[in-house]
Amino acid sequence: MRADSCAVACADLFRGDGEILASPMGTMPTLGARLARLTFAPDLLISDGEAMLFADTPALGTAGQVEGWLPYRAVFDVLAWGRRHVVMGANQLDRFGNQNISCVGDHAQPQRQLLGVRGAPGNTVNHRTSYWVPKHSPRVFVDHVDMVSGVGYDKATGPFHDIHRVVTDLAVLDFNTPTHTMRLVSVHPGVTVAEVQAATGFALSIEDVVETRRPTPEELTLLRTLDPDNLREREAPTREPAVQQATLR
Amino acid sequence: MVRDKRMTADEVVACLSDGMTVGIGGWGSRRKPMALVRAILRSKLKDLTVVSYGGPDVGLLCASGQVRKVVFGFVSLDTIAYDPWFRHARENARVEVRELDEGMLQCGLRAAAHRLPFLPIRAGLGSDVLRLDPTLRTVRSPYDDGEELVAMPALRLDAALVHLNRADRHGNAQYLGPDPYFDDLFCLAAERRYVSCEQIVETAELSATAPVQTLLLNRMMVDGVVETPRGAHFTSCAPDYGRDEAFQRTYARAAADPALWAEFTDRYLSGDEATYQAEVGVPA
Repeated sequence: MRADSCAVACADLFRGDGEILASPMGTMPTLGARLARLTFAPDLLISDGEAMLFADTPALGTAGQVEGWLPYRAVFDVLAWGRRHVVMGANQLDRFGNQNISCVGDHAQPQRQLLGVRGAPGNTVNHRTSYWVPKHSPRVFVDHVDMVSGVGYDKATGPFHDIHRVVTDLAVLDFNTPTHTMRLVSVHPGVTVAEVQAATGFALSIEDVVETRRPTPEELTLLRTLDPDNLREREAPTREPAVQQATLR
Repeated sequence: MVRDKRMTADEVVACLSDGMTVGIGGWGSRRKPMALVRAILRSKLKDLTVVSYGGPDVGLLCASGQVRKVVFGFVSLDTIAYDPWFRHARENARVEVRELDEGMLQCGLRAAAHRLPFLPIRAGLGSDVLRLDPTLRTVRSPYDDGEELVAMPALRLDAALVHLNRADRHGNAQYLGPDPYFDDLFCLAAERRYVSCEQIVETAELSATAPVQTLLLNRMMVDGVVETPRGAHFTSCAPDYGRDEAFQRTYARAAADPALWAEFTDRYLSGDEATYQAEVGVPA
């Protein structure tokens, strides 16, 4: 199932992070963070998305045993302190990892007002940031973003800028190239490199692309426990070929 | 004798004037001083600059056309990603904005609270927040590192409006939910500070029923106290009540359709607070 690959790729974002705050936005990154904590990243701190830190690793939408209190003001402190890895969404992303969640079109009178920059400017210059894009398409992967909310590598500044990876429903990408432009790292099982490039509005660096690792039997069992209602499938359904064509046009 | 600062919501609004910069506490669709916002909607106040971690407070003031400028990091209804009235105002250029990173907003309030012209912060560097607001400047560290940082200017507020769970008549106020948000900072950054609350209780009761750490505001931070049961409706006010999701959906649906909106304002916003609460079905 495509969604299982996405969840595992989101979990892998946190590999090696140690005892830091995982701040996943949305269903799939949250599932990934919890899967990571139950397997290879046991030291991660996870929260209910509001003020409580969980001692255990509850299923999506359920409460856990509280181990700590982290209201927004404390999250802002952790953010500046740097012991945090955020996985944000992106309405637009460009080849350098500039992200837009503010608005589409001219900022003075947008065609479409979105959330606003939220904490993206601060996140991206203070600690590791990754992105989750549930529907990989040329509408998201654009030549230029309309409003730089999260800061990409061409505008990177300060000592702590670190855009790690982008996980989508088709692939895993990073910026590990000499010019820090986006590189295709792996395609999910059943996805072709051509398909990913066609769904991207700029040329990707494509070399030694592998297949995204498949979930282990243990991980599949944990995913079913953490997400019994299969919300992950709703967020990243396996695309039918016909649907793919429609999306690409 | 310590002063009795009890007021009505309409008396609070009478203390505000056109063109003021008003900070509104809470976060998204959580613990917003909605009864005070509704009192503004009933008034003739105009040209307000609203500083907010925005939710339906911003949306409703955009709907009524009383806000000239919004200073924000986001505007969201949480379970509904975008506030329809804020979107409408933005997409029709009906409102000016100063869009800030969430941390910059906190930093600006803190600078105002500390009576500093600015405070340094990394957030904003490299982003279009700086490009779109040329009044924002950077500052270089005078120490050996020489790092360039954003010099976040003080966000001074003429007035702050916040909603807490309990207060006494003198302005000592208590939150009982999971997060204080930035309500204390909004008060420290403001000339005049008004707190609405679910219930006004005797001072002794505040610390008798909950840990003293819940006493977020003390009376020197507060100029007026308003008792407004369910005054945060339809936003959440844990543990007294959760967000009224059904009503929030009603609001969002109505905002997208002029005919429905006329009905909505007629039924919910044309009368006083008691009428509003009766119409939304406050449990008897």
